[in-house]
Amino acid sequence: MSDDLKLLDDVANSEYKWGFVSNIESDNAPKGLNEDIVRFISAKKNEPEWLLEYRLKAFRHWQTMTEPVWPNVTYPKVDFQDIIYYSAPKPKVQLDSLDDLDPEIKATFDKLGISLEEQKRLANVAVDAVIDSVSVKTTFREALLEKGIIFSSFSEAVHEHPELIKKYLGSVVPYTDNFYAALNAAVFSDGSFCYIPKGVRCPMELSTYFRINSAGTGQFERTLIIADEGSYVSYLEGCTAPMRDENQLHAAVVEIVSHAEAQVKYSTVQNWYPGDKNGKGGIFNFVTKRGICLGNKSKISWTQVETGSAVTWKYPSVILKGDNSVGEFYSVAVTNNMQQADTGTKMIHIGKNTSSTIISKGISGGRSHNSYRGLVKINKSADNARNFSQCDSLLLGDQCGAHTFPYLEVSNKSAMVEHEATTSKVGEDQIFYCNQRGISTEDAVGLIVNGYCKEVFNQLPMEFAVEAQKLLAISLEGSVG
Amino acid sequence: MLTIKDLKASVEEKQILNGLNFEVKPGEVHAIMGPNGSGKSTLASVLAGREEYEVTGGEVMFNGEDLLEMSPEDRARAGVFLAFQYPVEIPGVSNANFLKTAVNEVRKSKGLEVLDSKQFLKIMQEKMKLVEMDKAMTQRSVNEGFSGGEKKRNEIFQMAMLEPSLAILDETDSGLDIDALRIVANGVNALRDGKRSFIVITHYQRLLDYIVPDFVHVLYKGRIVKSGTKDLALELEEKGYDWIKEEVDATLNA
Ligand SMILES: Nc1ncnc2c1ncn2[C@@H]1O[C@H](COP(=O)(O)OP(=O)(O)OP(=O)(O)O)[C@@H](O)[C@H]1O
Ligand SMILES: [Mg+2]
Repeated sequence: MSDDLKLLDDVANSEYKWGFVSNIESDNAPKGLNEDIVRFISAKKNEPEWLLEYRLKAFRHWQTMTEPVWPNVTYPKVDFQDIIYYSAPKPKVQLDSLDDLDPEIKATFDKLGISLEEQKRLANVAVDAVIDSVSVKTTFREALLEKGIIFSSFSEAVHEHPELIKKYLGSVVPYTDNFYAALNAAVFSDGSFCYIPKGVRCPMELSTYFRINSAGTGQFERTLIIADEGSYVSYLEGCTAPMRDENQLHAAVVEIVSHAEAQVKYSTVQNWYPGDKNGKGGIFNFVTKRGICLGNKSKISWTQVETGSAVTWKYPSVILKGDNSVGEFYSVAVTNNMQQADTGTKMIHIGKNTSSTIISKGISGGRSHNSYRGLVKINKSADNARNFSQCDSLLLGDQCGAHTFPYLEVSNKSAMVEHEATTSKVGEDQIFYCNQRGISTEDAVGLIVNGYCKEVFNQLPMEFAVEAQKLLAISLEGSVG
Repeated sequence: MLTIKDLKASVEEKQILNGLNFEVKPGEVHAIMGPNGSGKSTLASVLAGREEYEVTGGEVMFNGEDLLEMSPEDRARAGVFLAFQYPVEIPGVSNANFLKTAVNEVRKSKGLEVLDSKQFLKIMQEKMKLVEMDKAMTQRSVNEGFSGGEKKRNEIFQMAMLEPSLAILDETDSGLDIDALRIVANGVNALRDGKRSFIVITHYQRLLDYIVPDFVHVLYKGRIVKSGTKDLALELEEKGYDWIKEEVDATLNA
């Protein structure tokens, strides 16, 4: 119980606190996108020929595609020639130890509450810190390596473990998958790579912290997680960006491969800058996240708390290929002011006795729009597949919108699929009850909404759950009415 | 402490309180009785500041301040506590968490240090004894799935935690079994300290055997139409409300 209470020990203050800009010198590509830019990025990273080829194929394919229009969101058309596709903090000197890291970068992460110094870091979390296009520091690498765990920036992995990258890159999200996945495959800059060997239980949480700093840039990171047979890893992802009047594009790809009897738990607290009250500025968050349960009894679990971004388009999915594999999706998506979110999941059942759970809590305030979009697909081969979906929407005012688009495709008669959906408003009587106990309306809404999301927060590692609760309270400021 | 003068209030255009006068001094216990629909809960809601109830006339002074000008949370912070006739459920928010937030809000408004979890738990454990509250109850979501009696006991527990200067109990006795009634009454009596005042709304004189009031009032058609001592409650138990209604209706029609 004291854990539960700890969550409220300090009530966060208002507004977007992560909106500062750090004065870090950066090395940028020229604006715009063409084959030369793709080559430029690849050359900057000293990449092998095969990877450049991969990028170019993706780029050529991307040129044949058009932006998806089916999400329930509206936003000004993105000018893909007006974006800087590569921006790297200029290293002052060659990075051999943390002492060599640009003090501004260190200060930036300190300000974000993320210490890159291992002895100060929470003992059980390893961090890969990414600013704009590059990873600046990965902590605890040596300690993890002792167990055979590889945790590094994507760029390093390309050089150190090319066989793994070659084998798995694009194996879950091919560049042909969708417009933004193709774009990402062409221009991705950095991200995290992680490999857990057979039978190893990763002794600490692995996390990547993404930070957009430079103006006019897009962030295109790529994350690849491979859990070999019987292994376990819990992975966390956090992100913030400065407040700017312009919209900035974030188009990431995350691929997870979970082999037989392996378990991957992936948690995100997405807190990109949402734009101001009138919808000016903010991040366009167009992300493809997908995992595949390759072997028997493997498991992938997505937990996401989405509070930021001006527009979110995101469907962390699981392909349940192995028999008896399990997919889970727990989501809290909060929209306020002018934010728009179209998010959900896809559970693709292929193996026998596969099961999936979807718990989605959408909370909308202000004039925002919040859509749940989910597909449960049961293939012919998936005997005795099971799915349980629960999609709840909570409205905080009467100018916001909540929408639910559940899609169900069942091709096997033995499937058992359950879907529940509710829409509710925060009750006046609940707020008054809190008021009568001395709690202001704003705090009451925070409390009630946090309670509403408890099922999802319970899935998060403790430290993250605390963050998420505070974030929620902040994002809901001024949401009622 | 509390002075109500000629209070008029309506809900959904319907006038419920029709010029109510009432005074509570520090340390006093007032019982309010009256037939269903006479306006008892309305009075409680108006004092607590519920928005749907529109005050159309009169004034309410609380410790020298205009209560009607204050927001509901400021009234609570100033020491007005309402034990609800129908306590509200807040799913997913533990009782402990809820109360810690409330207690600290009240403390902040008084310029006191907020309590950390450890300090809070210590106080909570003491107060739990007062109403023989089970530990498991503090970890469950606020009122969710509580039985009727448990909800009422939880209200008294919250009152004990918040230590208000004026507590209004709206039918806290209804739905309680005999043991729970004794527990709740003991809880209230333990909080009687000569300064804290109570307004106890009830239909049953039985409660008043446990919580002995200084005054008993009858509310009818939005007014206090009769006041007396504990004996009045006994008389009502015996004779019902008809004789009072007749008296009042006769004067109203005169
Ligand atoms: N929100 C509301 N909307 C419409 N009518 C209301 C509302 N609240 C109270 N009333 C009406 O006001 C009158 C007084 O109600 P109130 O709840 O104050 O009575 P009471 O004395 O507490 O009764 P009981 O003994 O049954 O609890 C009733 O006729 C009731 O129907
Ligand atoms: Mg009543």
